[in-house]
Amino acid sequence: MEWQKSSLREALGKTLLELGGKVPNMLVINADLRNSVKSIYFMNEYPERTIEVGIAEQNMIGVAVGLSMMGFIPFAVTFARFASKRAADQISLSVDYCRSNVRIVGAYAGIFAGAQGASQQMIDDTAALRSMPNMTVIDTADVHEIRAVLHYAVEHEGPLYIRIGRDMWPVIFDENYEFRFGKGTWLREGGDVVLLNSGVLLPYALEAADVLSAEGIDAGVINMPTVKPIDVDLINDVARNVGAIVTLENHNILGGFGGAVAEVLVENYPVPMERIGIRDEYSESAPNDDLAERHELTAPHVAAAARRALKRKHKLAL
Amino acid sequence: MAKAITDRDGNHYFLDQTEVNQIKYVCELVRKDILETLHFVGRGHSGPSLSIVEILVTLYFKELRINPEDPKWSDRDRFILSKGHGAVGYYAVLAQRGLIPREELKTFETLGTRLQGSVDSIWLPWVELTTGSLGQGLSVSLGIALGAKRLGNDIRSYCLLGDGETQEGNVWEAAMAAAKFEQDNLLAIVDWNGLQGGVTLEVMPSLEPFLPKWEAFGWHAIEVPGNDVEALLNAYHEARHVKGKPTVIVARTTKGKGVSYMENKVEWHSGKVTDELYEQAASEINARLEALSDYSVLK
Repeated sequence: MEWQKSSLREALGKTLLELGGKVPNMLVINADLRNSVKSIYFMNEYPERTIEVGIAEQNMIGVAVGLSMMGFIPFAVTFARFASKRAADQISLSVDYCRSNVRIVGAYAGIFAGAQGASQQMIDDTAALRSMPNMTVIDTADVHEIRAVLHYAVEHEGPLYIRIGRDMWPVIFDENYEFRFGKGTWLREGGDVVLLNSGVLLPYALEAADVLSAEGIDAGVINMPTVKPIDVDLINDVARNVGAIVTLENHNILGGFGGAVAEVLVENYPVPMERIGIRDEYSESAPNDDLAERHELTAPHVAAAARRALKRKHKLAL
Repeated sequence: MAKAITDRDGNHYFLDQTEVNQIKYVCELVRKDILETLHFVGRGHSGPSLSIVEILVTLYFKELRINPEDPKWSDRDRFILSKGHGAVGYYAVLAQRGLIPREELKTFETLGTRLQGSVDSIWLPWVELTTGSLGQGLSVSLGIALGAKRLGNDIRSYCLLGDGETQEGNVWEAAMAAAKFEQDNLLAIVDWNGLQGGVTLEVMPSLEPFLPKWEAFGWHAIEVPGNDVEALLNAYHEARHVKGKPTVIVARTTKGKGVSYMENKVEWHSGKVTDELYEQAASEINARLEALSDYSVLK
């Protein structure tokens, strides 16, 4: 399928700039990567509300905490790898335990990080931050969802981590997209199997649903940006009424969105579930399409996973 | 001899010996409460609490702008005890200052207490930031200082670190940034007691020369005998008058200060205060209180 594409990091930069005009006490804290993550747009317009700490993410998080204590709304923005686990203990104690109103934006999340290889990719940030008791984790799928989630972030109370991609990426939603905190949304109804997505693999889910439909399989697609708190009610509904699930995430299949869904299922309606994501290995430098293929994230693989889930569901029914 | 200095609100006054002795008297009361608490509870960080008594008492009785009625008063100075394991000493000072009930000290480290083993902002409103994972406090103090200046408020931001704590890289990230932002409303105090967690600092990667490190990072650095009330008050005064850069006070303290068998003993980072040891410590402290009894008027 040919998608219209738009740059994810441009959406990040432009939305920060837009919010700067609306939220006077919003600050952006950079750790050197303003050009890459496009927070430079905010910096150019609001230099007095930009704080550049250099390549020092632990200090970035601490400074953000202090500023939040003084009533400001700090956005700490850098690559997901450095924004999350480089400062993981600072996030755990000073942000999460202390329930600080800090917004941490992890750009270049997942494996699509401009072909820069494993050191710039981040496949275990959700796992690390999701297990912090007060943390909210949101993943984003396209430019419109990024914009909506960042607007929501201003109003959010408490620790918040947002995953954002980097590259030109399929545009799924439009200007009217509304982010519903903690809620998944049906993008396509389907009663045989449901593809549950969080993040940028969404086009693969939609394409896979078409593939399956052509085979006579009625595949639904749900988009669920909020990884934590996870939409327990919707997952239970899907488990009860559909009975077969495939999760999609641009993250290790351990500990991330798939893990969160599995935790819900196993305690309520343990139905067959398959996971699309990075299969507990590191990635490498390559164009996005090649990486997506190497890690079996694309529509044919999603469709295959759906067939596996469906087969297991039918076995159970016998 | 009395020396003219200013208080936190800029008023000139003479720090005379009477006032110094009054503060010393409070310090001994605090020491007594620390020992009583450790003895009662049966555990706790004795050494790291005793070394910082003079620092905390001078801050809470003479320096910090606080509202005893309202821990969250918006114009208060912010103090972060980055070495969160000095908790017993901190709670004892709050108790003497009348900010928490002295009776509450007995609840230290028991289920449901506000007095957690490391100072904790979720439990106790006087605490600005939960600490104890060392190295994090100075960055937050810097953020507070930045925020205060943005608000146009003359709030000052204070951070007390341990000497061993400055082995953490995060401290130097904060130090570098604070100098860049010319954060003259930020004061760091380092409790240099020369011991850490059961060993002397000498066995660790070297922190010395310590003052030149801070100066090289762009800070104004002051070295004082850290259990000397007068020297500390003079240093706070000096720090308030430094413009365009943050100040660090390197307080050369004595770990376990005021209890002879604990002083400079690596084994007294923490430990059980038995009945016998408590009696010995109490008699030493009582003797000093007796000697200072003419000065027991400080409110």
